Amino acid sequence: MDTTLKINGEERVLQADPRTSLLDALRHHLGLTGSKKGCDHGQCGACTVIVNGRRINSCLTLACMHDGDEITTVEGLGTPEALSPMQQAFVTHDGYQCGYCTPGQICSATAMLEEVAQGWPSHASADLSGGMELTDAEISERMSGNLCRCAAYPNIVDAIRDAAGKGER
Amino acid sequence: MPKDGGIGASSKRREDVRFLTGDGRYTDDINLAGQAHVHFLRSDVAHGRITSIDTSEAEAMPGVVRIFTGADFEAIGGIPCGWQITSRDGNVMQEPKHPVLAHGKVRHVGDPICAVVAETLGQARDAAEAIMVEIDELPAVIDMKKALSGDAPKVHDDLENNLCYDWGFVEENREAVDKAISEAAHVTTLELVNNRLVANPMEPRVAVGDWAKSTGDYTLYTTSQNPHVIRLLMGAFVLGIPEHKLRVVAPDVGGGFGTKIFHYAEEAFCTFAAKACRRPVKWTSTRSEAFMSDAHGRDHVTKIELALDAENNFTALRTLTHANMGAYLSTFAPSVPTWLHGTLMAGNYKTPLIYVNVKAVFTNTVPVDAYRGAGRPEATYQLERVIDKAARELGVDPVTLRRQNFITEFPYATPVAVEYDTGDYNATMDKLEEIGDFAGFEGRAEESKRRGKLRGLGINSYIEACGIAPSNLVGQLGARAGLYESATVRVNATGGLVVMTGSHSHGQGHETSFPQVISEMIGIPEDMVEIVHGDTATAPMGMGTYGSRSLAVGGSAMVRATEKIINKAKKIAAHLMEASEEDIELKDGQFSVAGTDKSVAWGDVTLAAYVPHNYPLEDIEPGLEETAFYDPANFTYPSGAYACEVELDPETGVVTIERFAAADDFGNVVNPMIVEGQVHGGIAQGIGQALLENCAYDENGQLVSATYMDYAMPRADNVPFMTVDHSCQTPCTHNPLGVKGCGEAGAIASPPTVVNAVIDALHRGGHTGIAHIDMPLTPQRVWAAMQGGSPEQGEGHGSAGARQLGA
Repeated sequence: MDTTLKINGEERVLQADPRTSLLDALRHHLGLTGSKKGCDHGQCGACTVIVNGRRINSCLTLACMHDGDEITTVEGLGTPEALSPMQQAFVTHDGYQCGYCTPGQICSATAMLEEVAQGWPSHASADLSGGMELTDAEISERMSGNLCRCAAYPNIVDAIRDAAGKGER
Repeated sequence: MPKDGGIGASSKRREDVRFLTGDGRYTDDINLAGQAHVHFLRSDVAHGRITSIDTSEAEAMPGVVRIFTGADFEAIGGIPCGWQITSRDGNVMQEPKHPVLAHGKVRHVGDPICAVVAETLGQARDAAEAIMVEIDELPAVIDMKKALSGDAPKVHDDLENNLCYDWGFVEENREAVDKAISEAAHVTTLELVNNRLVANPMEPRVAVGDWAKSTGDYTLYTTSQNPHVIRLLMGAFVLGIPEHKLRVVAPDVGGGFGTKIFHYAEEAFCTFAAKACRRPVKWTSTRSEAFMSDAHGRDHVTKIELALDAENNFTALRTLTHANMGAYLSTFAPSVPTWLHGTLMAGNYKTPLIYVNVKAVFTNTVPVDAYRGAGRPEATYQLERVIDKAARELGVDPVTLRRQNFITEFPYATPVAVEYDTGDYNATMDKLEEIGDFAGFEGRAEESKRRGKLRGLGINSYIEACGIAPSNLVGQLGARAGLYESATVRVNATGGLVVMTGSHSHGQGHETSFPQVISEMIGIPEDMVEIVHGDTATAPMGMGTYGSRSLAVGGSAMVRATEKIINKAKKIAAHLMEASEEDIELKDGQFSVAGTDKSVAWGDVTLAAYVPHNYPLEDIEPGLEETAFYDPANFTYPSGAYACEVELDPETGVVTIERFAAADDFGNVVNPMIVEGQVHGGIAQGIGQALLENCAYDENGQLVSATYMDYAMPRADNVPFMTVDHSCQTPCTHNPLGVKGCGEAGAIASPPTVVNAVIDALHRGGHTGIAHIDMPLTPQRVWAAMQGGSPEQGEGHGSAGARQLGA
């Protein structure tokens, strides 16, 4: 079946079996291999992409459910010549080692800061009515869906804090 | 002042940009024209006899190319084991066949039975469901003690029993150790489990096999830490392909942690099937497949006894370990509980008498092999736990007891066959007391108490043997391989360098740190140096990356090759400047004649080497390319001291890590930023082992922790900020860079640090009867121990119930 996806600002028509996950559609049908498959079960976050402004696990959703949706993958956030502020912060703070979880971390962190800006509370938030402080605990909790086995977590938290303009620890 | 380039600078990683923008090229990103996909039908029982396989219905299904069974591999070698251990009685270990696809029997959940090659992965999976496999289920052998009992079912019918080997080390010390323990003023005994772990790199394993009809050449793209080792093992021992007809490529690899060292059946299958099907064949592991086919780690059950004299000097140490091998011998499995474990039992201490006995056992579980640290975490854990227990029993400060027994003179020959070349254990302990703010601990404990929490401080000293290894030594110890490393340095006419190295980078940042070394040696910018690795077609034969060996062994090979380059370049420079070769100096990328103002630039010399118009052709060949193989003279011995402060909620048993400090001595440090990341990662994996992770089988051999919902990985909110220091530096005395290796330290040193802290918190809270709790220290286990329950927890926990080995 045909599905029209707006990926990184460009309309792409996908012809695929309706059982195709958004992740497989990106990687196998559309040649966008930046998004990674770490578990295919929504438990590791390596496949995180941004759909209509929200971060989701692209392995847990079918591509055909996203007709007309705006999808941003890591390829759409920055380029080697012009890194996004989040990507630049990961360089500054050494926020990875093997790089496999990194595209998911970048997409997740980028959308996460937007969630905070919109006042969505998390499990770590003291106040559920919004306006939370972006503490380290808040960042860690909100990023706990993105596994990094190299465990660059302390540096990832530093990078996100920096990208959010919250300065050094 | 921090340097901005060369050795000691925190150069930003050049790998970064491709990883950050999604431009990394991992094995699963490789798709070859015309490739078919393979799905493995794996055993869902732990032990059974295959009575029939009917593939007829499946073969008729859409898209199926071919279905393979064990019968297709009868003429093919099995997956080889790279290390042979000799038992106490002089017999070599029992070494079972390890077929590519199960033949006759299945021996663990996940053992591959059939391989379905089809046009699409979906078609391969659909067809696999139509295969009819009849298996007569047999009783599974899971518990190591039961596996060794006389009436246990045998994992391998053609072996005598389930005992792989019974290793004693050093056998000549045995009687003296027994005597010293029987006569000691005090003996502390501890029984413990080193819990079974799964390495879980975020990138699952992938293999793409290709066969060129035109030349008969094979290519395997695979997620490996050591492509040359795979080429040798698979080519020579499994498929009978000469190395010159086989290329193995390991491109960007998304983490290894040991589990991507080994040669796996799926690699051999895809290579074999590419020719059989006359088209490329690709396999990508699912995560649950990874849990039941990647080699696991640890899984030791140990009894350790530490003898002390009346002045609290360690006088003897005796250990008995049962080590789970799983159903087959993975590539380096036999070496892990023996030479990588027994030789480290002296730790940082001058214990004069040590005896280590290891019984390696076959069970119906996934094979166990090296995982970050490999043998050394198991040694450190038991040693540092028993010392902590001894300090408590004797009522002495655990830091004082350690300091009193530290080795302080180097070189030091231990009673377990290794010689530490250098170290300063008091220096790292001093640094730890400072950065861990020991002085402030009591105040923090009081503050915790006011909030109803128990705070504990755990400390630990460690040593590891890295930079493996002298080939002649490991050959004597049973290794079926050399453990040198190689580098080819190719200088181009315009002065840039390409280093082709056998060391593989899968997160360690070699592409950044190796050029720092060359930049320092020649005095040219780092960006004039490119590192090429991971392809047997370009790099010279190398042994790959594991055991914290890349810089210590691979870096040394690169230094040696670069020295050859510099020596030849000096000859050329001398000719260009009409000077004597002995007078030529190289500094900041300029060759000059000592005592004169004559100089030529690096680029002038490299150009002359390739455009030899004015060149000493009668003395030296044109060109500038050199290869070196470096075989280390000894292991390297990184060491250090770690401290952890935990807070324990007595209402729930929940443990949180409040502070963590690490003072390491890695010798010289090339890139402090990369070293810090490696230490963070190691500590986090150690915290995972101590508090979260456990690979669990039920009594029938079902793997009950085969997803991330069941196997608890450390996440961002489980890993604390850490204070990491590597300013204590006693450079390695026998490699040219004075480096020791840093990749495994955190995983080796942190588990006992965390457990010591939890036990300390419990004792401070009045729970003085709790001498030990087995890892992982889940809230359930801690709470049960506080209620006076058994810490062992029964079914589904620990090492396949093996804790009951007990005394």
